[in-house]
Formats: sequence, structure tokens, C-alpha cells
Amino acid sequence: MEMVGGTRLAQVFGNNQTELLNEWITKQHAIASRRGLVGEAELRNQFSQFVSLLLTVLSASDRVDFKGTEWHEVRAFLADMSAQRARQGFSPVETAMFVFSLKQPLVTRLRAALANEPAMLADLTWTISALFDELGLYTTEVFQASREQVIVRQQQELLELSTPVVQLWDGILALPLIGTLDSARTQVVMENLLQKIVETGAAISIIDITGVPTVDTLVAQHLLKTVAAARLMGADCIISGIRPQIAQTIVHLGVNLSNVTTKATLAAAFVVALQRTGKSVTMAGAQEHAARNGAAAGMHDSSSPE
Amino acid sequence: MDRIPILTMGKLLLVTIQVDMHDRLALTLQDDLTSRIVKDGANGVLIDISSLDVVDSFIGRMIGNTAAMARVLDAQTVVVGMQPSVAITLVELGLTLSGVRTALNVEKGMALLTGGGAA
Repeated sequence: MEMVGGTRLAQVFGNNQTELLNEWITKQHAIASRRGLVGEAELRNQFSQFVSLLLTVLSASDRVDFKGTEWHEVRAFLADMSAQRARQGFSPVETAMFVFSLKQPLVTRLRAALANEPAMLADLTWTISALFDELGLYTTEVFQASREQVIVRQQQELLELSTPVVQLWDGILALPLIGTLDSARTQVVMENLLQKIVETGAAISIIDITGVPTVDTLVAQHLLKTVAAARLMGADCIISGIRPQIAQTIVHLGVNLSNVTTKATLAAAFVVALQRTGKSVTMAGAQEHAARNGAAAGMHDSSSPE
Repeated sequence: MDRIPILTMGKLLLVTIQVDMHDRLALTLQDDLTSRIVKDGANGVLIDISSLDVVDSFIGRMIGNTAAMARVLDAQTVVVGMQPSVAITLVELGLTLSGVRTALNVEKGMALLTGGGAA
């Protein structure tokens, strides 16, 4: 059924614009202000803008075609409003009601104005109904898309947040993993680690899995992939922070970690890393003591002071 | 036809791959390298792939094979300077080059070869 009667609609509503606005706002206000999300002034502003846009387009042509180019501005306005509401935390229903709540005031006006033309009234009611369904659906679609965008952005942020690579010492990197490792995260973790290896020229990286709640075959495989990739670049990997339960699980699952150095704690792994890079940790006091002894005796004594 | 140059540094051979590797080039390199190892009596080979940013399974396998061939001819092989993206690709392809020694850059690779293999 063709949607016609745009100019007639514009004529009817143009005469009652203020009344229409007031009634609509009363309806909408109940929804929006209950949540305290938008002020009345802003709401009124949005409404009058929308109604005037709608009237302009309706009066321009008798055919009502929401997909047409002349509706571009209305679509842009709705998209804007919908995206804004998605960010403000409106529900989809509340957002769609922005459009749908105008339907009843419009039909009321129409009935009053066209009481003597039942055929016309029926036609125009259909036009309004079909048009507002499209407007409402469009609003919901944009709302959904904006929500989706928010979710994607959050996922991205979460990924970046959860994979820091820290430098423990010259040539030693640590990668504290928190949370479950899935394929997507492994990819990010691997890329971050390898990039950091290139930047710092690190010879050893410690992957600490204290914060990984469970290790199944898939997670283990991802870990081994990371280790293999780092090895290909010329850096050794140590896996640390393996909790007792996880050690048991790994063995029960038959995961082969035999060609990877594993340590129970990050501290133990760090000591190994220092040794491999030719460094060692000594007590500051002991060193001083040795230096003083050496100076007093006037000779170099590399053995312990005692 | 293109050839990848092989430089001699004492008893070491240095191969720097700076062009896009294609299959024929890779096979030519294998030929050249093995004959040079025999001719010069080299005991170490350093393959620098830092300029290589695309690999496929063939090139990956060829790098592994070249290293294995050099080992048969009694020359240590170190692959240096692999790009992160290349490393990830090889791992995803299931090629971990387990028999090949690796180093981050030429300097470290040299240290690995001249340090008597103790690293």
C-alpha cells in the first residue's frame, strides 16, 4: 500500500504544532525524567527540532518514502539522537518510544481535523502508522549499532589493558598474564611480547601465569606457541607462577612442557634469567664488607668475606 | 636471474636476505650456500632475515632445511633478526624450526657462533 498524503499531514500538524509538542513532551517526560538522564529543556529542544524537520519533509512532497533522499536529514537526526541515548544508558524501548510516543498525539489531531472525511482519515492513519514503524525501527537499529560499537571498544581496551609487558632488568622481560587465554588474546599477547623483544633486545622473557585461573590443553598450546615464536626471534622463555593444581592438571592432560624452562615463582624465574644473562644478586652489606676488607688488605679477594 | 649474495667473514658465511623470497630464489640460495660451505670450508653460517616480512610454508621449511644441510656439512647455522610477524606466521604454520638456533640480531648471532657455541 502506497504511503501518500504527506502534504495534507503537514498541513494538519502544522496548525497544531505547539499543542502537539506539549502532549508529546508530557508523554515522553514520564520516561526520560524518571531516569534523570536528560533535562526537560534539552528534551523540548530535541522534540521541536524533530517535529519541524518532520513537517518540512512532509510538506515537501505528497509521497512519503522514508528511504528517499529528502528524508536524509530526519534519518541523520534520529541516528544522532539514538547514538546519544545509547551512550547515556537508555534502554532500546525507551529510545524507540521517542518516536512511537508521537504516534498517538498525531492520530488524535488527525481525527479531530478529518472527522468529515473518513476515507482520507483511514489513508492518513495508515501512512502515519507505516511511517512511524519505519522511524522506530531505524532508531532501534542505530541504537543497537551504537551499543555494538561501545562493546567492541571496551573489548579492545580490555585486550590492551590485560597484556602489559614489563622490563625487569636489562635484557629481561616479564609478561604477567591475568585471566583466561583465548586465541584472540594469545595473538595480542604474542604480538606485544615479540614487539617488546625487538624494542629492548631482550634475551630472556618470563611468562608469569599466576593470574591464569585454569590451564587446559588449549591454553597450554597457546603458551607453547608464544614460547616458540619468542624462540624463533632469538629470545628464551621461562614460564613461571605455576600453581600446584595447575601443575597437576598439566601432567594429567599430558601436555608436554619438557622443552620449556618452568619455575614455580616469578622470583625463581628471575634468578635463572639473571644467571643466564651473566648477572647475580648479592646483599648490599656483604658487598661493602668485601670491598672494605679488600681495601684494607690492599688486594683483591673475590671469595666471601667470612 | 637474481641471486642472494653470500659474504665471507673468515670462517663464517653471512647471508642477508633483503628481497622478497620466492621459491626459485630460495632453491638457488640453498645450492649456492652448500657449495660455498664446502669450497670455503666454513664452520658457521649466519642467515639474517630481518628484512623479510612475508613468509609462506615453503620459505619457512626452506630456512629449516638450509640450516639442517649446513649442519650436515659441519657448519653451525644461526638465523637472526626474525620479525615478530614472521615468527607468529611460522608458529601458526606449525614450523617451530626446532633444530635451528636463533638470535635477535647479527651481533648476538655472531657472538653465538664465535663464542664456540656456548650460549
